[in-house]
Amino acid sequence: MTLDLKKIAESYKAKIEERRVIVCAGTACVANGALKVIDALKKEIEKAGISVRVDVHEENKNKKDLYLSKSGCHGFCQQGPLVTIMPENIFYVKVKPEDAAEIVETTLKNHQVVDRLLFVEPSDGKHAKNHNEITFYKRQNRVSLKESGHICPEDIEEYISEGGYEGAKKALTSMTSDEVCKLMLDSGLRGRGGAGFPTGKKWQFTLVNKSDVKYVVCNADEGDPGAFMDRSVMEGNPHSVLEGMLIAAKAIEGTKGYIYCRAEYPLAVKRVKKAIEDARSLGVLGKNIFGTDFSFDIEVMEGAGAFVCGEETALIHSIEGQRGMPTPKPPFPAKSGLFGKPTVINNVETLACVPLIMRNGAEWFKKLGSASSAGTKTFALTGHVANTGLVEVPFGTTLREIIFNIGGGVTDDQGKPMPDGFKAVQIGGPSGACLTPEHLDIPIDFDSVKAYGAIVGSGGLVVMNKNTCMVSVARFFMRFTQSESCGKCVLCREGTKQMLAMLDDIMNGDANEETLVKLEELAHAVSQGSLCGLGKTAPNPVLSTLKYFRDEYEAHVFNKKCPAKQCKALCAPEIDPAKCKGCTLCAKKCPVGAIEGAPGKVHKIDPEKCIKCGVCKETCKFGAVI
Amino acid sequence: MTGQTDAKLEQVCKIIEKHHSDGSKLIPILQEIQEVYRYLPEEVIDFTARKLKIPAAQVYGVATFYSHFALTPKGKYLVKVCNGTACHVKKSIPVLNAIVEKLKLSEGKMTTDDMLFTVETVSCLGACGLAPVMVINEDVHGMMTPTKAVAEIDKILAEEAAK
Ligand SMILES: Cc1cc2nc3c(=O)[nH]c(=O)nc-3n(C[C@H](O)[C@H](O)[C@H](O)COP(=O)(O)O)c2cc1C
Ligand code: SF4
Ligand code: SF4
Ligand code: SF4
Ligand code: FES
Ligand code: FES
Repeated sequence: MTLDLKKIAESYKAKIEERRVIVCAGTACVANGALKVIDALKKEIEKAGISVRVDVHEENKNKKDLYLSKSGCHGFCQQGPLVTIMPENIFYVKVKPEDAAEIVETTLKNHQVVDRLLFVEPSDGKHAKNHNEITFYKRQNRVSLKESGHICPEDIEEYISEGGYEGAKKALTSMTSDEVCKLMLDSGLRGRGGAGFPTGKKWQFTLVNKSDVKYVVCNADEGDPGAFMDRSVMEGNPHSVLEGMLIAAKAIEGTKGYIYCRAEYPLAVKRVKKAIEDARSLGVLGKNIFGTDFSFDIEVMEGAGAFVCGEETALIHSIEGQRGMPTPKPPFPAKSGLFGKPTVINNVETLACVPLIMRNGAEWFKKLGSASSAGTKTFALTGHVANTGLVEVPFGTTLREIIFNIGGGVTDDQGKPMPDGFKAVQIGGPSGACLTPEHLDIPIDFDSVKAYGAIVGSGGLVVMNKNTCMVSVARFFMRFTQSESCGKCVLCREGTKQMLAMLDDIMNGDANEETLVKLEELAHAVSQGSLCGLGKTAPNPVLSTLKYFRDEYEAHVFNKKCPAKQCKALCAPEIDPAKCKGCTLCAKKCPVGAIEGAPGKVHKIDPEKCIKCGVCKETCKFGAVI
Repeated sequence: MTGQTDAKLEQVCKIIEKHHSDGSKLIPILQEIQEVYRYLPEEVIDFTARKLKIPAAQVYGVATFYSHFALTPKGKYLVKVCNGTACHVKKSIPVLNAIVEKLKLSEGKMTTDDMLFTVETVSCLGACGLAPVMVINEDVHGMMTPTKAVAEIDKILAEEAAK
């Protein structure tokens, strides 16, 4: 029997209340107390005599005055917990359980806005009533994130009411596998997991390899530390990923699916598992889907904490129950992947785009992006920027637009605006590069950033202000890749260790000219002599900072100074003669007796004796130690 | 004591059966076993290998490769300080140092003698908007400062002392 999606959508719409309070229940908002906000709201609503339900399917089949629902991440976690009131579309931020009574009284009963709970635009101090008045959202083009933050992620019927599973139905009931591949190829969709490989092509390569068993694997390992768009999609709209996998399965004649999700995302795992169960009960997963002879099911596997398992061959070995070590390609997974069968591996965000392309057509998607990179891309904007969060923009958007307009500009370490503070932005995580003010106007897409030694990668964007030491940034990423190297290739295993040691030397003032030469040589050797992407790209942060911030390395090496004053070993204190009152306190406290001076006279630090412990700076009441 | 050991081993048997003694399910099996013991004791690793009919070396290989598997017992409270990029630039290391100092731990010793706390670093918990982030068992704490982090530890210490 064919499943009537239209009917499900209609019946859902008929049973849902127009009045709705949506509370974000993503990982970050829950951490901020969203569940307590929900409890408090429910209590206050009931106290006010308004009938409310928190589940449209179970709790009394009859309509109530109001539906109090949960959503996934809005990508604006910094402002959470977030509460949206429909149909007025009022958007409250940083809501506390204590605010529940006022929300109920003022907004739900008297239809007024609680001004103090609105988002205040940092640039002009104006209160924004809804998403459309907030620059952070207004300047985005939310396509794949559109429904996250609105629909209830645990309700398959609501997903269907938004047009969900129509794309899969179309693919399964009225298209051939070739046609599905061709549609993806025409749309220009490229993999969002890092490499940007055309998805349609990947599917075609897998389709041609005949086999009774073929796998569709969703890469939900999201290893880039600081990126969380995949988590947000899985938590906020898990069915879009399942539908994408179903369409991929049709395209390659796949028989079984796996979602490999990192274990650091317990809520995403829970939501995806629930979505799979619901999809099975409804019959969109399982045998003879939509009355066709096509069968497909999905299993979730949790990772166990190894970054390298995001690499596709390593991921395959991990699902097979082995150590997640990459193996050489060929054979490509398209030919011999999971358990030796043809396998297609796609990223979460890639798969979430697929149903939208099915629904709206290849041309629609293509028009969204730049010439070489179709569609939109979600970036995780973090670091020293006013609005941190998930930013979905068309490919071809500039860094300036993302950081200064959507992100609201650069901040100091305390989060206060720092108008001239922009120093660098790290794009693409540990495999990526640091770009500088001169790169702010490049339209970002898969190909454009390559010219500058960078990659779009998974879409991590870490903004850094002028107080950041670029050598220590490079060291941070080097330490990460060094500790995540699987150890198979000598150059990756030992080379990253040596590079890390050299960076430490530079930061400790133990480096000389040769260190810089050797560091650069070794960086090239590691990238050439490594098997997988981890080793190949591990030197990128070092190479890009050496290229764009060489003077900073040189200051460390030759002048033994850290211009950003972050590397402790290089921040030798000095006493400002204009400010020193000769109180002798610092001299008394100095553990090595490095400070000399008579009472009432300007004191002086002997740099030979000083061990740079910082005590004098803390001690001086007159700010004379700098 | 033996009674408890047997009960736990029985749970291990059930876990292995649930996965049809399938060696390719080694990782989920070890994950579930670790939930029972909170780490992977040596004899349980050997036992699992025999049950799955695979070499113990292979099970060890997997158990040592993935950072989530622990071969030594962990404390009752597992404190994970995120040191992903977003948290790092928002000063996660001072948070870590404050906790390490508070619990009198050091680089080579990250579990307290009373087995109450184990402190670890992780790379990104997906809550980067709240950086720096710390997780104690399941509870995520955002926008940490050294002072706030130590206060959370103090809270647990007080609760434990009251028990
Ligand atoms: C070290 C390493 C880590 C990776 N981590 C991820 C990851 O966490 N998520 C992901 O989707 N792709 C990751 N990739 C890329 C995958 O190998 C693969 O290219 C991608 O999942 C393919 O999907 P796509 O074509 O949809 O992008 C990683 C690659 C390497 C070399
Ligand atoms: S490059 Fe590094 S991570 Fe990749 S296979 Fe070689 S050693 Fe392992
Ligand atoms: S403590 Fe400050 S004012 Fe006093 S002697 Fe030292 S530098 Fe001078
Ligand atoms: S930094 Fe420490 S050792 Fe150096 S002068 Fe100041 S107190 Fe003395
Ligand atoms: S979890 Fe609520 S906005 Fe991200
Ligand atoms: S970097 Fe710490 S939560 Fe993402």
